[in-house]
Amino acid sequence: MEWETVIGLEIHAQLSTRTKIFSGASTAFGAEPNTQACAIDLALPGTLPVVNENALRMAVMFGLAVNAEIGKRSVFDRKNYFYPDLPKGYQTTQLAEPIVGAGYIDITLDDGETRRVRIHHAHLEEDAGKSLHEDFHGMSGIDLNRAGTPLIEIVSEPDMRSAKEASAYARKIHAIITTLGICDGNMAEGSMRCDCNVSVRPKGSPTLGTRTELKNINSFRFIERAIETEVARQIDLIEDGGRVIQETRLYDPDKNETRSMRSKEEANDYRYFPCPDLLPVIIDDSYIADIQKSLPELPDARKQRFIDEYQLSEYDAGVLSTYRPQADYFESVAKHTQDAKLSANWITGELAKHLNQHDIDITACPVSTEQLSGLLLRIQDETLTGKIAKTVFEVMWNDGGSADEIIEAKGLKQVTDSAAIEAIVDQVIASCTAQVEQYIAAEPDKRGKMLGFFMGQVMKLSQGKANPGQVQGLMKQKLDALT
Amino acid sequence: MFNLTLTELATRLAQGDFSSVELTQAYLDRIQALDSQYNSFITLAADSALEQAKLADELRKKGQVGLLSGLPIAHKDLFCTAGLKTSCGSKMLDNFISPYNATLVERLNQAGAVTLGKTNMDEFAMGSSNESSYYGPVRNPWDTDRVPGGSSGGSAAAVAARLVPACTGSDTGGSIRQPAALCGITGLKPTYGRISRYGMVAYASSFDQAGPMTRSAEDAALMLQVMAGLDPLDSTSADQPVPDYRAHLNDSLAGLKIGLPKEYFAEGLDPGIAQQVQAAIQEFERMGAQVKEVSLPNTELCIPAYYILAPAEASSNLSRFDGVRYGYRCESPVDLEDLYKRSRGEGFGSEVKRRIMVGTYALSEGFYDAYYRKAQQIRRMIQQDFLTVLKDVDVIMAPTTPQPAFKLGEKNSDPVAMYMEDIYTLSLNLAGLPGMSIPCGQSQGLPVGLQIIGSYFSEAKLLNIAHQFQLATDWHQQSPAGL
Repeated sequence: MEWETVIGLEIHAQLSTRTKIFSGASTAFGAEPNTQACAIDLALPGTLPVVNENALRMAVMFGLAVNAEIGKRSVFDRKNYFYPDLPKGYQTTQLAEPIVGAGYIDITLDDGETRRVRIHHAHLEEDAGKSLHEDFHGMSGIDLNRAGTPLIEIVSEPDMRSAKEASAYARKIHAIITTLGICDGNMAEGSMRCDCNVSVRPKGSPTLGTRTELKNINSFRFIERAIETEVARQIDLIEDGGRVIQETRLYDPDKNETRSMRSKEEANDYRYFPCPDLLPVIIDDSYIADIQKSLPELPDARKQRFIDEYQLSEYDAGVLSTYRPQADYFESVAKHTQDAKLSANWITGELAKHLNQHDIDITACPVSTEQLSGLLLRIQDETLTGKIAKTVFEVMWNDGGSADEIIEAKGLKQVTDSAAIEAIVDQVIASCTAQVEQYIAAEPDKRGKMLGFFMGQVMKLSQGKANPGQVQGLMKQKLDALT
Repeated sequence: MFNLTLTELATRLAQGDFSSVELTQAYLDRIQALDSQYNSFITLAADSALEQAKLADELRKKGQVGLLSGLPIAHKDLFCTAGLKTSCGSKMLDNFISPYNATLVERLNQAGAVTLGKTNMDEFAMGSSNESSYYGPVRNPWDTDRVPGGSSGGSAAAVAARLVPACTGSDTGGSIRQPAALCGITGLKPTYGRISRYGMVAYASSFDQAGPMTRSAEDAALMLQVMAGLDPLDSTSADQPVPDYRAHLNDSLAGLKIGLPKEYFAEGLDPGIAQQVQAAIQEFERMGAQVKEVSLPNTELCIPAYYILAPAEASSNLSRFDGVRYGYRCESPVDLEDLYKRSRGEGFGSEVKRRIMVGTYALSEGFYDAYYRKAQQIRRMIQQDFLTVLKDVDVIMAPTTPQPAFKLGEKNSDPVAMYMEDIYTLSLNLAGLPGMSIPCGQSQGLPVGLQIIGSYFSEAKLLNIAHQFQLATDWHQQSPAGL
């Protein structure tokens, strides 16, 4: 039987507010346990929440960015359950009246096709603390630094039909929230986490199969692998005559398998009700209009502008517009060098390679836009060959310095003096007699390919500094004269 | 000295008849000598009280005088007081010393008040007789075989026994007014939101309201002046100007329109109370007021609606008492579930557990619409009843309680009989309206309370009416035999 996969995503993104959603404690990551939890975060008796206006503002920004209705009236609810890292015994969240209503985004698939994914709603809520089960000799430690960190939970409709679509959707959400500057997007630190609701059904069936929920996946790659693994498990199960149980499952990336966490039967009755400590949030049109005006350029618009303004390819424009710091980096370099294609190639090529290898975000890139621009300018004016430029870049990455300083210090300037180049060309022809004879004996249309060998020899002797264009011209001219 | 009101004591301190240290010491001695008969205090704060008194005396010498400089008061034991135990009358918080002051405590401190200690109360403010306290029942100074009412029974008894000139109380369903009536003192429950709830341990957040418990309306006005006002730490506190309450005490009552709800003078009302309340109404007629019968047709729905909504909120509010971060923790828990079950099972008393169970049930999936949502609808109907009547009359007058103080143990085993105690009071908490209880006579030798109910934020009017009554009568000056 042919199966169809149905996927819906719930993405939790931590909002980049300085303070928590209901208290004045800092949200900074990585502090000593329990040093960023105030009386309200600890749920001391008598404490009350006050909504962080900035969190509301960020949620509205998100809503506008995904073409959503903004809830003019939104209500905070209490989701009641006991857990040691949930200090109040309930999570303050939004259920019936969320701040962001129905919206959508368009995602581009690998084959270039676009697909619209509807967003059911997005709501504000508070994060819980962390339970630490190691190092406490059979007991658990509770760190409440994260308790009360504002989250926006973005709930999609079950509109995705493959693991690839799901990860494309997650990447797009990531691009939007980082472009808006409402989330740092750091998945390794848990700033963005993803729950995947996955089910399968016979292709063409109008009804949905029973879904499982894969919890807390923290990378795009794992989203794809977890879904693929789970889909295979569900299909195997059904084809063997089994039945999918609605349950929460955990993806284990080491074993590449999903396993059951808890079934629906064991699920809590959360006893939601409106939080009586918080008044309904009322948002008026002028507030929304002000935010609309202040929205930064969104990834889709920026991609189109990159195509129109810089004549980038669809692909390059897509890659470079996804992550705002990278897009800003590109624009700065492209403006400096006035060569968008060269800038794009270097940023998606050499620079991206180095950032990946060293696991560094572009915001912490050791090579500034001025440095890279300076380097590219030396390629443009033929001071550097492409090959030598990579050497200069390597030095820049490791030791800093401008391109000109490095070229000067290391004597890497390109040789364009034709007399000097001719001397090396002659030297190569004189020393490679066997290859020269082969060249002469070859059919004229085969000679072009053979030229590469002689080029390589010249570059080697010149330590890569000889201008490749000049070398090629002269070498061809001299060899052809011998035939 | 002990028969002087707060206002009179303020004058005497200003005149230098005695110092705050002398006054404070005298009250501390009196509490130590007499309170074993009443059990009205949980914590006596002798050292810190004398320090506050000393400071008030020093500041007075420098001319720095606040509204309550050097005046001794006591707080119901659900207001968080930095450095003092805040037990809520519960084993659960027997070990809890708050690191912070409730906003109300802070304001009273700033005004120069001296905190003599913390008064006894029904556990977590749940009760109408002060018999549910972990610290034992409070006894009514008018007859120590009888209850003082609840939940602010300690505050009421302490003021009635002249152990302290004024106390703070809290009123969720009548917890200021009912004990004020039963102990023959003046109690004011302001409009919901008039006084900050920050630092007042929550029972039912949308009902809870703090207020003063005093010997006279004039003293209540003085206390409220300091306690009232917007608090940025409490989102539900009212952004309404605070009038000069004492400036309106002597306004004329000529032409005042008083409504008497027929449902409050029906079956179940003690004839002696009915007679005293009618006599009081006639007193107002002599002052030029007009009286008419009005109807609050949904009165019989008040108790059922309240006993859904208040326990629902309580079931969530009390979830934070889980034995994890503070408060009572059971001995040697074997695992998390055991920790929760035994800490809460051993830490809470039976009335608290009953309301947590009722509230949990009312919020449960499948019952929410039938109970919680229905009760919310009734709440709006009851509010509407009052608003309709208050368009027609300036204030509503009624008995505060159906019976005078009852015997200890009399209603303890019958929760429904106990809940009926609040039949005339808890409708105001459902509607969020302000109400006062003032002494207006005696029945069977026990005090009778007259309840005065006004529109939102009409506290100045209520205080004016109560003060005029107290100028014309001396019921508020009556004291229990032997005091």
